[in-house]
Amino acid sequence: MRKTKHTGRSLLAVAGLLLVIILLENISSWIPGLPAVFAPTSQLFTVLKKGAVYSLVAVSMNLLNGFTGLFSLGQAGFMLLGAYTYAILTVPMASKDQVYYLFGGSAVKFSLVDLFQSLFGNTGFGGYLSLICAVLVGILFAGLVAALFAALIGTPVLRLKSDYLAIATLGFAEILRAIFQWQTLGPITNGANMLKSFPTFADFNIRNGAGQVVLRLSTFVPFLAAIICIALIVLLIHSSYGRAFKAIRDDEVAAEAMGISLFKHKMLSFVISSFFSGVGGALFAMYVANAQAKAFTSTMTYEILLIVVIGGIGSISGSVIGTFLYVACSEWWLRFLDAETYIGSFKVPLLRSGFRMVVFSVVIMIIVLFFSKGIMGDKELSWAGIGGLLKKRRPKKKTPAGKEG
Amino acid sequence: MRNILEIRDLQVHYGGIEAVKGISLDVPEGEIVTLIGANGAGKSSTLRAIAGLVKPSAGSISFQGEDITGKDSNIIVSRGITLVPEGRRIFPDMTVLENLKIGAYLRKDDLTEDLNWVYDLFPRLKERSWQAGGTLSGGEQQMLAVGRALMSRPKVIMMDEPSLGLAPIIVKGIFDIIKEINKQGVTVLLIEQNANMALKTANLGYVMETGRITLTGTGQELLTNEAVKAAYLGT
Repeated sequence: MRKTKHTGRSLLAVAGLLLVIILLENISSWIPGLPAVFAPTSQLFTVLKKGAVYSLVAVSMNLLNGFTGLFSLGQAGFMLLGAYTYAILTVPMASKDQVYYLFGGSAVKFSLVDLFQSLFGNTGFGGYLSLICAVLVGILFAGLVAALFAALIGTPVLRLKSDYLAIATLGFAEILRAIFQWQTLGPITNGANMLKSFPTFADFNIRNGAGQVVLRLSTFVPFLAAIICIALIVLLIHSSYGRAFKAIRDDEVAAEAMGISLFKHKMLSFVISSFFSGVGGALFAMYVANAQAKAFTSTMTYEILLIVVIGGIGSISGSVIGTFLYVACSEWWLRFLDAETYIGSFKVPLLRSGFRMVVFSVVIMIIVLFFSKGIMGDKELSWAGIGGLLKKRRPKKKTPAGKEG
Repeated sequence: MRNILEIRDLQVHYGGIEAVKGISLDVPEGEIVTLIGANGAGKSSTLRAIAGLVKPSAGSISFQGEDITGKDSNIIVSRGITLVPEGRRIFPDMTVLENLKIGAYLRKDDLTEDLNWVYDLFPRLKERSWQAGGTLSGGEQQMLAVGRALMSRPKVIMMDEPSLGLAPIIVKGIFDIIKEINKQGVTVLLIEQNANMALKTANLGYVMETGRITLTGTGQELLTNEAVKAAYLGT
C-alpha cells in the first residue's frame, strides 16, 4: 500500500518536472519581455540539456562503481561507442557525401532516418514519427554496441581487482579513441573528422509549415530519455539483482558463500552500466550535434567520476544532484571568472580566461577533503526525507539548476 | 545412519602451502558433527573447500551420493549446503531483512514461511528487521549470520567458529540454537576452538592437527580423552 502510494507520487513528480521543462523552454515565446535567462539561447538550457545527458552517464557509472564496487574508468570509451554507433546509423543519405567528403562517401549504405521516412513519409506528422523511430532505434543500437563490447572485454578484465581493473578499462577507452580516429576506417568512422548532420535534440522542436518553431521540445527530449533510463537503473538496483550487487560490493567472500556467482553478477553490472553509458554517449552526440573521438578523453571519465564522488558514491539522487550542480558551475555560474572585469578603471586581478578552472579545482579539492561522502553519502532522497525537511526541498529531480530558472 | 556428506583424501593448497593434507571424514545425516583443532590446523580450509570457495587440489567431496568436488558455490548452496563464515560477515549497510533475503538469493519461491521460521528461532531479529546489520551487537550479528544461512533451506549447515568473540552467556545461547536447528532436521558441521562446548553439543567429533585428522570419536569419548584434554580443554 505504502509503496504504491510512493510510486504514484514519484510518477506525478516526474510528470510535473517534464511539464515544467516544457513550460520553461517555451515561456519566452509565449510571454515576450522576460529576462534573457529564459531565451532559448540562454546558458540555462545548455545546463539542463548537458545535465540530463551527464546525469544518465553518472548514474550508470554509479551502478558499477558505487553499487557493485567495481572501479572502472571506461565510461568515455563506452560513450564513444554509443555516440559513433548512433551517428553512423542516423546520418541521412542526402548528407552522407558531404559528411564523408574526404573518403568519397560512406561505406554504410543505409540510414535509419531514410529507412523510417520511406515507411512514414518525411513531412508533417509522418516525418516526426520517422524521426522519433530513427532516433529511438539508433539510441538502442548505441547501447547494444557498447554492451556487446563490455561483454567481450568483461571476461578478461573483470578478473582484475580495484586499481588494475581501473587501469585496464581506462586503457580500453584510450585504445578505442585511437582506433576510431584511424584513417583506414574512414569510410565508416570518418577518421579524425567529426560526424555530423544526424538528428539532434533541436530536430524535435515542432515547426509549422513555414519552418517556424511552434513548440520547443529540445530540452524535454533529453530529460525524458534520461528519466526513463535512470528509472530502469533504479528498478534494477531495487530488484534482487541490485541486492546481490551490493552484497558483492560489501563483502565478496560472504556474497559468494551465499551462492551469489561473483563473475556472473559483475559481468551483468558491467554490461548494463555500459549499455546506459552507450545510450548516454548517443545523447551526448545529439547534445553537441557532432560525434568526434577526440571529445571522449579520459578527462571526460574523470569529470563523471568527480560528479559521482561529489554526489555520493552509491546514491542515485546524489549523482543526479551532483551532475546538475557540476554542470551549472562549469557552464554557467562560474563563467564570470573567465571574463576580464573592470570596476571603473580598476581591472579586477586574476579574472581572465582559464581562471574558472583554477577556482573549480579548489572547490573540488575542498569537497573531496572535507565532504568526502559527497552530498548524499549513500542515502537517497526519499518522500519521508523530504517530509522531514518540512517540504523545504523539492522532489528528487527538481535540481538546483531547474529551480534557478 | 546414512552419511549425507563424505569427504575422501581431501587436499587444499594455497599457492605452495598445503593447508589440508588428505583428510577423510563422514557427516551422518541429522547429526551434529564437530571439527576441533588449534589455529592453522586446516579446519576453515576444509569448510571453504566443501562450500566451493576454494578448489581442492585432490580428493573428493560427495553430498547425498553426488560428487560435488570443485563445484562453484552457487551450485553447492542450491544443492543444500550452506556456510556461516568465520567472523559472521553480515552485510553491515543492509537491513536485517535484506541480509536474510540475500541468504535466499538462489531461491525463486515464496520466502514468507522461511522468514517466519527464522524469526521464530531468533525473535530478536524480528524486532530489528528494519535496522542496519552493522548496528546489531556481536551476538545478534551471529544470529543474523545463522539466520541468513538458514534462509537457503539447507540440509547441511556449516558453521565456522560461531562462538568467536562472544561472551560466555551469548555462546550458550548460540549453542542452544544450534541444537534446536539440528532437532528440526538440519545436519550441522561445526568448527570450534571452544572444544569443551562443541564436544558437549556434538554427536561425533574429529580432531584436526596440521592438516590431518588425528582422532575421531563421539563427543563424549573425545571429552574424556587424555590427549584432547591436555591439548584443547586445558584440564
